[in-house]
Order: sequence, then C-alpha cells, then structure tokens
Amino acid sequence: MRTLLWSVAAAAGLVAATAMLDPFRNYQLATIAAYLCATAGLTVLTGLNGQLSLGHGALMAIGAYTVAFAQKSWDSLYLSLALAVVVTTVAGAVVGLAAARLRGPYLAGATLALAIAVPSITITFQSVFNSEQGLPVFLTPPRTLDIERWQALVAGGAAVLVMWLLANLSRSHLGRRMRAVRDNEVAASLTGVAVSRTQVLAFVISSACAGLGGALMAFLAQSVSPGAFPLTLSLFLLMAVVIGGLGSLAGALWGAVLLVALPDVIHSLTEGMVLKPAMASRLEGNLPLAIFGVTLIIVMLAAPGGLQGLFSRLLKRGHHAPNS
Amino acid sequence: MHRIVSVALAAVLVAACSSGGETPGGAKGDSTGVTDTEIVVGTHMPLTGPAAAGYSEIAPATKAYFDHVNASGGVHGRKITYKVMDDGYNPANTQTVVRQLVLQDRVFAILNGLGTPTHTGVLDFLKTNKVPDLFVASGSRTWNQPEKYPHTFGFNTDYTVEGKILGNYIKQSLPGKKVCFFGQDDDFGRDSLLGVEKVLGATAVVSKQKYVTSNTDVAPQVGAMKAAGCEVVVLATIPGFTALSMGTAARLAFKPQWVVSNVGSDHPTLAKQLGNAAPLLEGMVGVSNLPSPADLTDPWTAAFKKIHDQYNGKAPFNGNAVYGLSVGYLFVQALQAAGKDLTREGLLAAVEKNGFKGPGFAPLRYSKTNHSGYGGHRLTKVAAGVQVFFGDVFETDSADGSVNVFGEQRPTPPANTIAS
Repeated sequence: MRTLLWSVAAAAGLVAATAMLDPFRNYQLATIAAYLCATAGLTVLTGLNGQLSLGHGALMAIGAYTVAFAQKSWDSLYLSLALAVVVTTVAGAVVGLAAARLRGPYLAGATLALAIAVPSITITFQSVFNSEQGLPVFLTPPRTLDIERWQALVAGGAAVLVMWLLANLSRSHLGRRMRAVRDNEVAASLTGVAVSRTQVLAFVISSACAGLGGALMAFLAQSVSPGAFPLTLSLFLLMAVVIGGLGSLAGALWGAVLLVALPDVIHSLTEGMVLKPAMASRLEGNLPLAIFGVTLIIVMLAAPGGLQGLFSRLLKRGHHAPNS
Repeated sequence: MHRIVSVALAAVLVAACSSGGETPGGAKGDSTGVTDTEIVVGTHMPLTGPAAAGYSEIAPATKAYFDHVNASGGVHGRKITYKVMDDGYNPANTQTVVRQLVLQDRVFAILNGLGTPTHTGVLDFLKTNKVPDLFVASGSRTWNQPEKYPHTFGFNTDYTVEGKILGNYIKQSLPGKKVCFFGQDDDFGRDSLLGVEKVLGATAVVSKQKYVTSNTDVAPQVGAMKAAGCEVVVLATIPGFTALSMGTAARLAFKPQWVVSNVGSDHPTLAKQLGNAAPLLEGMVGVSNLPSPADLTDPWTAAFKKIHDQYNGKAPFNGNAVYGLSVGYLFVQALQAAGKDLTREGLLAAVEKNGFKGPGFAPLRYSKTNHSGYGGHRLTKVAAGVQVFFGDVFETDSADGSVNVFGEQRPTPPANTIAS
C-alpha cells in the first residue's frame, strides 16, 4: 500500500515536472528514467541477491535492438517495449540457467563474456544489424505533445512502474528468499529455500529490467548501434549502483542521476576553464571516466553504504538531534 | 506527415525566393541563435575515440577561420561563436551532444557534423526542430535527400562520385591489374565500392574486404587480399585504418598500389601516425578537391596558412586544417548571401541558390533538388615525401554518368580571405 502511494506520488510529480522543464531537461529526465530501469534491476541482483553482473549493458542492447526491429514491423511503441522485455527475459533465463552452476567470480566472468559478445554479434551479422552504423528506430510522436516531453513521460512512467514492482518484490516472500540466499546460502537451503532457483529468478527479473532500460534508450536516441552499449556501459552501471548505494532501490535512483549528471557537469566545468586546445581535447571524453572512478573511491572510503546510505544516516542524525 | 512538411517547406522557400532582393527569407522567420552581435553555431566532432586522429584538428581550424572573421568585424556585424562537442565517433553520444546544442545552447545551425554513422542518427531530430544542418563532414549520399531532409546539405564529394573517379584512374593508368577493395563496413565503404564498380564493372574487384572501427586488427583482411594476388588496393578508410592497412601490409611483405579515398589520404596526418614507417606512403594515389597544404604557391593555401598561423599556430597545417578553414570560408559565404536579416529559412534558401566559388577545385552542386556537396576531385600522388596534384580535375554524378574533365578555374582569394 505504501509503495503504491509512493508510486502515485512519483507519477504525479513526473507529469508536473515534465510540464515545467525545458525540452533538453526533459530529455535528460527521460535518460535518467531509462538508466533507472537498468540500475534498479542491477540493485535487486547485486544488493538484494548478492550476485554480480558485468553484462547488463549487453542485456540493454538486446532490449534496444528488439525495439528497433519491432518498430520497423509495426510501429506500436508500447507493444515494442513489451516485446523487448519479453525477449530480454528469455535471454536472461538462458544466461541465468547457464550461470546457475557458477559461483561468485565465475558468474561475473560469464556475464562479462556476454558484454563483449553482444556488440560483436551485431558487427559479425552485419546484414541483419548493419554493423557499427546500427539501425534507426521508427517513431510516430504524438502531435499534441512536445517530443521530449512525450519521451520523458513514457520513460518516466516505465521507470515508476519498475520501481513499484521491484519495491513490492523486495517486501515479498521472494525478496526475503533472495536476502536469505545473499546472506548465507547454506543457511538458506537448510531452511528450505531453493538457492539456485532463487538466483536464476533474480537474474531473470534483473535482465527484464535492463532490457526495458535498453528499449527506452533506443526509443530516446531513435537509433541503436553497438557503440551505445560497450563494455564500459556495464561497468558504469555497476559503478553507479555502488556509488548510489546497494542497500535500497533509492540508491539505484542516485546512480541513474549520476550517470546523466556527471558528464554534463564536467562538460560545463571544462567549458568554463580556458585550456590549451591539445589539453582540452585530451580531457574531453576521458575526464568523466576519471572523475567517476575517483568518486567511486571516495564514496567507498567515506560512505560504504553509498550516497543513499549517507543520506539516510544524515536523516537519522537530524532526527535524533532534538532529543539529545 | 512527411509530405505536409515538404510541401510546407517548399511553400516557405518559394515565398522566400519570390520576395527576392538581397535578403532572401525576408524579415520574418526563425532566428534562433542569432542576436544583433552574435551567431551561435554548433558541431559534433570526434575529439576522442577511433576517428580522433586527424579529424580532431578540423573544428579548431574552422574556429580559427571564425576568429579571423570576428577580428575583422564579423558577418553583418555579428560575431560567430562555434560550439564544438565531442562525440567520440559514437552515434549514441552524438544523439546527446546534438540535443544539448539544439535544445540547451539554442544554436542557429549545426555546421560540419562529422561522420556517416554518427550524423545519420540525428537527421530526424534536426528535421523535427527545423535546424539548418549544413556541410556535413562525410561523403555519404544520405545527406542528399532534399525531399526527406530539406535542412541537410553535404560538403564532401560523395563517396560514389569519388569511387568512380578512383575507378576511372585505375581503368586508364593501371589497366589489366588485379583490383581489390578494403572499406569501412557502413555507407562509406558501400558507397565507395559502388562507385568503383560502376566504372570497372561488377566483376572487376577480385577481393572485397571490410573493417569495423572497434577492431584494430586488420591482418585477416590484408592477408586475404595478399592471398588473392591483389596488385591495386582501393581503400575507403579513415586515416587510422589507412595507416593500419599499410603497416600491416608491410609486415606481410605485401606491396600493392594503394589508391585511397580523400578522407583517408591526407599525407601529413598519415605520416605522423606511421612515424618511422612513413616512407610506406611513397607512391600512394589519393584524391582531393581542396588545395594542398604542402603547396604554398597555391594562393588559397598561402592565404589559409596566414590565418592558421595567427589563430591556430600550435596545430599542424595539414589537410584537416585546410578542410576546416574551407568549411569556415563556405559557411561565411552562405551567411553573407543570406543577408543582414538572418533567419534559418533565409540561410537554407541562400545555400540552395548556390553560386559559391572558393578554394575547391570541383564545383559545389547545391540546388533545390541537389543537397550533395562537391561534385568532383583531382588526383594526388605522394612523391619524395610530398603529396602533389597531377592531371585534370574530374567531375561526375553518383549515378551512371561518365567521368568528365572539369575545366573551370578557381577564383583567387578575396582581400583578407573573407567573401564579400
């Protein structure tokens, strides 16, 4: 019930926000929402279930290419997004079942292979995927709405839905089983929890979320190409959820905001500085990577619970202050 | 919907032309990004990533030309601000940075956005927002679709025209040789191969290889061409991959005659990448439609060098610099032609009206029905470490027209190298 109230409030906030923001901010909001689907799924997998995936970028690519092909066939956006979720769920089930026999670093290894293989597949089968140039995503935007506002509403709506479902999941039986498996596999199986099945299920759910995130990315960019889903995307997603805080879904939101805001902030910073052209061109593109890495180190040292952990600690302290 | 847009735009253009005079477009129109003192223009460029080598030097050169124009008072009293965004040659980044330029920075136009895979993805977005998309830095034929993309104009000689001119050279000067083709696996490589085969015939190319920019190992492809006994290899490659191909071929003791696309044949850029192996470039045949940076007796090169030394002196003066300066020159020509009451509609009408003459050897083909850039090339050859022009300027179309000699001479640069 509480999660439903939160979701309704978030949806109302979304509609209001999109009406006030300018088109570029709406586009950024939509991008945050698309990332949020993927980071929320990853938070469930890693935070709730204790598994590590280095291949979520590739799962996003699968969702994105599905939308590109689906839109070419029928141009019905919601159907295409739903199909993308179905296809990545199946892909997630295949990888998850294969990975169920693997433990710890081996699962990370298997998903790493996925992150490298998927972009290569699009290049090898170029007659289908059109290699690095990628494919266009056909859209028919509504006439009554700004295209960026429409994108923000669709992506934001999808993200709210994902957050609502995952928040409920976290409080459900399955959520408790996932935590039990995360904390101690032996103890969990002694109490009758099917460890492997829980792990596969967590991976499948997480894949479906990543697939929706990727599908939304394709919808926003109106194109898909392997360059949009490199290995670094998978690593960035993981860094984002760690910095945001693995303990709760709110951490995934921090992570998604960071993924969009950090490159933008850095660009504004370097634009203000007067740099030599050679230095500027070296910084451009590499600086976000460096700053992301440094942020990760600082957050890990100063606030192992991530930004969300820091935030709730501050809130608690503020709460106690009047009493002391 | 498309038809409505084209009809509406055609109506605007007709209205613009019939209003006549020196100010096509009239007083009314979209003047986003223009004030009484400033014109804000943006671009997306690969400052990092696989295509950065060489191409990252283009935007600074264009900027240098604008600095030169601004120092002389600008165009109709307006200074040009050029916002350069790095997309790393990654189409996903292009999406973001172009939106930032158009929606956040409110640029008047996108100028010289670089790359076929990158720029293809933003055509629809630019059309929706009615942003002039001028002089795209690529020779894809995609830019020439006035019906579908009325705001987009190419700059480079398209890759099919270029392929035909390269094919024509092989037909005349290297008859009977075994010809092979190595190209980028996108419209660039495909269009180029199409042009070569239009002249030589579909069966003449014995081995066709391709590469993707994310994989820098070209040994399998080069090995296959060696095994096929290729004597002439046509390269439709970006500079990094021209250098890689030649270096790899040298390691495999494979020494064909290289015949290289304009975008991948700038000698100073390649020599820098190959370092000690630069002598491998000896004898390489290429094409260009812009003056050679090595030939200071060319009045345009001399004029550009002066501007380059003053405003961009630390960067090397090579083909990329000449290219960037030429883009700047043409854009200022278009702004001048669009008149004092600058609007997006007026600028597009001025480009379609054409009549631009400048540093290029070949003619610019802009018209209402043609949005492709230059229509030809002149052949170049590297001799004793210097890239020199030889023979006539050739022009042709991207269909089945013949390859003809273009006899018209270029004008000399105007005073101060600013079109009036």
